[in-house]
Amino acid sequence: MSGRGIFRRSALALGLAFLYAPLALVVVYSFTASKLATVWAGFSTRWYLELASDEALLGAAWLSLKLAFVSASLALALGALAGYALARFPRFFGRPLFAGLVFAPLAMPEIVMAISLLLLFVNLGDFLGWPSQRGFWTLVIAHVSFTLSFVAVIVAGRLADFDRSIEEAALDLGASPLETFFVITLPVIAPALAAGWLLAFSLSLDDVVTSQFVSAPGATPLPVVVLGSVKLGVSPKINALGALAIALVSMATFAAYLWQRRREGNQRSGVNS
Amino acid sequence: MTKRASGWRLSGAVGERHSDRPSTPERAPKNRAFPSAAAPYAWLLAFFLAPLVVSLAISLTHAVDGVPPYSDPLDWRALNLDNYRSILGDNLYALALWNSVRIAATTSLLSLALGYPMAYAMALEPPRRQKLLLMAIILPFFTSSLIRTFAMINLLKETGLINQALASLGLIDPTHPPSLLYTDAAVRIGMVYNYLPFMVLPLYANLVKIDWSLAEAARDLGAPPWKAFFHIVLPLSWPGILSGLLLVFIPACGEYVVPTLLGGQNYVMLGTQLANEFFQNRDWPTASAVAILLLAILVAPLLLLQALARRLKAAS
Repeated sequence: MSGRGIFRRSALALGLAFLYAPLALVVVYSFTASKLATVWAGFSTRWYLELASDEALLGAAWLSLKLAFVSASLALALGALAGYALARFPRFFGRPLFAGLVFAPLAMPEIVMAISLLLLFVNLGDFLGWPSQRGFWTLVIAHVSFTLSFVAVIVAGRLADFDRSIEEAALDLGASPLETFFVITLPVIAPALAAGWLLAFSLSLDDVVTSQFVSAPGATPLPVVVLGSVKLGVSPKINALGALAIALVSMATFAAYLWQRRREGNQRSGVNS
Repeated sequence: MTKRASGWRLSGAVGERHSDRPSTPERAPKNRAFPSAAAPYAWLLAFFLAPLVVSLAISLTHAVDGVPPYSDPLDWRALNLDNYRSILGDNLYALALWNSVRIAATTSLLSLALGYPMAYAMALEPPRRQKLLLMAIILPFFTSSLIRTFAMINLLKETGLINQALASLGLIDPTHPPSLLYTDAAVRIGMVYNYLPFMVLPLYANLVKIDWSLAEAARDLGAPPWKAFFHIVLPLSWPGILSGLLLVFIPACGEYVVPTLLGGQNYVMLGTQLANEFFQNRDWPTASAVAILLLAILVAPLLLLQALARRLKAAS
């Protein structure tokens, strides 16, 4: 490799160091014995123990997990349908508006959607009597509304790459449209569905801005609780929480990477044999 | 910052590759889309479009003491543009707007300066390593923006790790450490840190697809490397640069978490001002007017992004 190659790679290494060093320090300092978040006073797991006995945080975490699971599943169903409609039907009544509605949430500042949804809920509550107050289900609706677009785009992308003649062959050979969907189409888009669900799950789990607007005192997801406590000052407990989140995300990402590599390996050997 | 703006996938993701296929009437009549489109369409109308219309209506009312804290939006004669007038005449909002645009612009440019060499280096690695590097770029973006911003506080605060390092090197006086947190620079660093993946991903997606043999040909014919870069590679990577800039600029304009935590109580951007009006002043009509103005400011960049996505789709 030439001198230029070294220059290129050091630019990349520098960028990655910028991305990872702060996260690594969160993990390191989550094990400090000190009461201050950035002072090293020997190794200790006390902050993890405190975390485990913090009922408020644990309750919020449980709520966040339930919320992420329910909203990712709903977003998967609606987003997959939307992606299918966009990829398969180049012209239908109202398609331009539909496409606009699917893409706009991807690029809009989140805070605009957050306040709009809250105002909608308040007005619905006034005029229809539902929702009488904000809570779990208003959070679900809000999270589905901003995550379904991601699922739609991923599914539509996968369908666009997919050779449709295979489906047509199945239909010509006598399979019913429903059979064709389950035997041909579904296995092909399955990775996109999995990716979409995971992305929706993680977006929902991390969301602060929308949740802050549409949550209620009784139903506050974890990130909103954390934002409140970070505003008051940093504590090593948040480092410990962050370290756990980083560990979880790293494992999930690495598993996805290995799975994808194995899949590709299988496909390649399938072609060769 | 949120991951929501990762619309880099916009670029050519939704293909209409099969539209040119002659479709028999019974296989693709116009209403075939109905079963799949109906439910998401209804959802988006009810929970995306309708909320924006409601915000627009509320932005025309005035604040009152009560629940809900605004006058009746159905009372047509009482609706007016007073909230917009007072926002546009308010120096605090002028500052908020200036800060938002300035910070969003510098964040996009700094991300480009840092992200372009990264994306360029990634595109030239062997394919297998590219996948690994892609994972490495996406991973921090999957950890919550709150945790990443918190990580920045650890580094930047007065007793933080940067000041500790500087003090141990004898570069600063440890009894009077300079304050890094709650400054313009802190907000900018935090924003770049949060948004860098949004820049690297579209740049990489673009650079990995360009025809590198053109640059090789230029070099074989005697062009120095910098000339090959500026005349061949850079012009070909414009679409990636533009979508990266927009994907950072648009959400950065409305950013709320980073300026709240790294800019401090008195740091105003449009996003923090909106939240202030809403939570502290309980002036919901003004908060909605800020939201509508934020959208209005971003209409031009949003349309540009859409046009760009369409052109990329047509090209691919």
